[in-house]
Amino acid sequence: MAQPATDVRLQSKPERVYYFGTCVIDLFYPGAGLAGMELLRREGVQVVFPPDQGCCGQPARNSGYMDEARAVALRQMAAFPNDWPIVVPSGSCAGMMKTHYPDLFKGRPEYERAVAFSARVHELTAFLVNVLRIKLEDKGPPVTVTWHGSCHSMREMGVVDEPKSLLRQLANVTLVENPREKECCGFGGTFSVRQPEISAAMVTDKIAALEETGAARVVSGDCGCLMNIGGALEKAGKSMRPQHIAEFLLERGHGR
Amino acid sequence: MGAEPRAAVGNDFTVRAPQALNDPTLRANFRRAMDGLMSKRAAQFADKPAWDSLRARGAAAKARVLAQLPALLERLEDKCRANGITVHWAETIPEANAIVLEILQKAGARTVIKGKSMVSEEMELNHHLAAHGIQAVESDLGEYIIQLAGEAPSHIVMPCIHKNKAEIARLFAERIPGLGYTEDVDALTAAARAELRGRFAAADAGISGVNFAVAETGTLVLVENEGNGRLSTTLPPLHIALMGIEKLVESLEDLPPLLALLPRSATGQHITTYVNMITHPRRAGELDGPEEVHLVLLDSGRSRVYGDDQLRDTLRCIRCGACMNHCPVYSRVGGHTYKFVYPGPIGKILTPQLEGLDCAGDQPHASTLCNACVEVCPVKIPIADILVRLREESVRPGGGDAVKGGGARRSALETLSWRAWMLIYSRPWAGRLAAWGMTRFGNLLPERLPLLKAWTSVRTKPRFAAKSLHELAREQGYCDE
Repeated sequence: MAQPATDVRLQSKPERVYYFGTCVIDLFYPGAGLAGMELLRREGVQVVFPPDQGCCGQPARNSGYMDEARAVALRQMAAFPNDWPIVVPSGSCAGMMKTHYPDLFKGRPEYERAVAFSARVHELTAFLVNVLRIKLEDKGPPVTVTWHGSCHSMREMGVVDEPKSLLRQLANVTLVENPREKECCGFGGTFSVRQPEISAAMVTDKIAALEETGAARVVSGDCGCLMNIGGALEKAGKSMRPQHIAEFLLERGHGR
Repeated sequence: MGAEPRAAVGNDFTVRAPQALNDPTLRANFRRAMDGLMSKRAAQFADKPAWDSLRARGAAAKARVLAQLPALLERLEDKCRANGITVHWAETIPEANAIVLEILQKAGARTVIKGKSMVSEEMELNHHLAAHGIQAVESDLGEYIIQLAGEAPSHIVMPCIHKNKAEIARLFAERIPGLGYTEDVDALTAAARAELRGRFAAADAGISGVNFAVAETGTLVLVENEGNGRLSTTLPPLHIALMGIEKLVESLEDLPPLLALLPRSATGQHITTYVNMITHPRRAGELDGPEEVHLVLLDSGRSRVYGDDQLRDTLRCIRCGACMNHCPVYSRVGGHTYKFVYPGPIGKILTPQLEGLDCAGDQPHASTLCNACVEVCPVKIPIADILVRLREESVRPGGGDAVKGGGARRSALETLSWRAWMLIYSRPWAGRLAAWGMTRFGNLLPERLPLLKAWTSVRTKPRFAAKSLHELAREQGYCDE
């Protein structure tokens, strides 16, 4: 099991960070991407979004197309040339860059570069909690939320409690945990269309478990899961609202 | 590129899954059972540092075996022979069946009592013996139930876990003479026991599996809860033990961590009711035990798995079943959907390697790569990474020779799609163009397109944003260093 390597250089707050927006956020949830950058900026960190970035390469890697995944991974490594931390608002994409980039280049000349790159990768909520030690203010109305931890965030990045600790900082937010939090929502990237029936069964069970918490919103750190869960909630006509944690935290700070 | 696109072959899992999903009783049976097993296991490993250290010892013991497998197998053979156990090597399943049949025929055996053995399931041994007039009766309660029902195991540890109490009650009422319909578990168990008791005493031979074979001492270790394993291996005059060539440990010292990990991971038990250690046939002056003990070592594709540095870790498996108990796919489709002997995550990596990617190539794709199995595997098999590796082998140009049936799922259309994807995300201009197009026109894509149709069966269509994060970040000054 991959454990997040502690970046020794990050005992104190860095001046500048890179931001890797992810392809799903880029095209479908740019608001979540902007919110993550805004949260970092508010903490006094300069945020740089390199325009040449794209996808982490996970879809091709997980489909077994390693040459294609490597070409895309190399492009990302080139897009973040300076030795700054790379903050990612997705545990899954961060997991790809942190745990699988080195594997992709094992035995190749780019291996050392991939290892150095992967050491700079941080999941957003872990970065806010462990590096920036963020203190949140809650100006929003009372609301009950539940948390959906993504599999890769929990099991590749080892990020389990950080996002929930952020939600618990918010005075008017009640967090009701889902007893089946650790169970996959059934997204799995191409799995959702390669095994559509199983994926459908999984997400149907997931939204039932989320509903049982009685929460008005489901907050997550991964837009892949949110697209799956949110799409299923909407199709089933449920009132529960899906939201990326960065957007939610920012909204609470603004009192909306 | 292969000579012809063969992407449609070996899709049995995908075809069978919807049938299982549409069976509410089956779904409920698995959900209930897996929930129970998960919470029992979690209670056993509540102490995280203790779990970490126990697991590290278990994984190291199995890794050490794989680092010197050929030498340890020879040592095991030598020790067994010195102890009076006859050792047989079977490269293929037909060879293994022929060996077992010959031993039984030579002894004039007509009836066999069996302890639980997944290798015997691989061999379809019962059918083979029946075809030669030898009757084999399963003595593990779960195996006995599915033998009565004429079914295959749906789980490697709890073979009849797909059945609920009422289903078993109906089966027993139908098949056990004199027993009416009862859902009383004690009455059902007593009925099975009464049926089996006489068989143990009357059987000409006993056949069992092996959980661990100790190379250092030539000891065969069997764990079980019902005592049927002990009876099957001690009452009949002849005992035949079946094992895959990977199921050994180096020394007795490796057993404590593995014996602690196996039952806790499997059934959430601290220890099994019985731990049998068999080292030799009955010696002069001893009052019980078989006069003859045979060990059949089955390869059946395992050597090929062993030949690859990464895939080799598949052979660490101690068959606890924790991976399937925690698998969100297995718990929804059940074991029979996998069609082959080993279901769940371990099956998804083992079956395509033993049977070939051409006939089980869809199994590595039957996973979200959620890593739930990896998290609980007591010997740290990197199941998710091996799944991805098998996906890679299944589309490898030219097939490669790492896995049987390599390249079987390569298709021109999929290859082209990933090439296009690569272009978009490795050339920034192409990425900008694609994002521009998708944000402007993506929402016009009709739901009836193949992939969108699958997605929208239970979800709404994803909505492209009017502007990409790239555009918004530039507008808000995030792109400047």
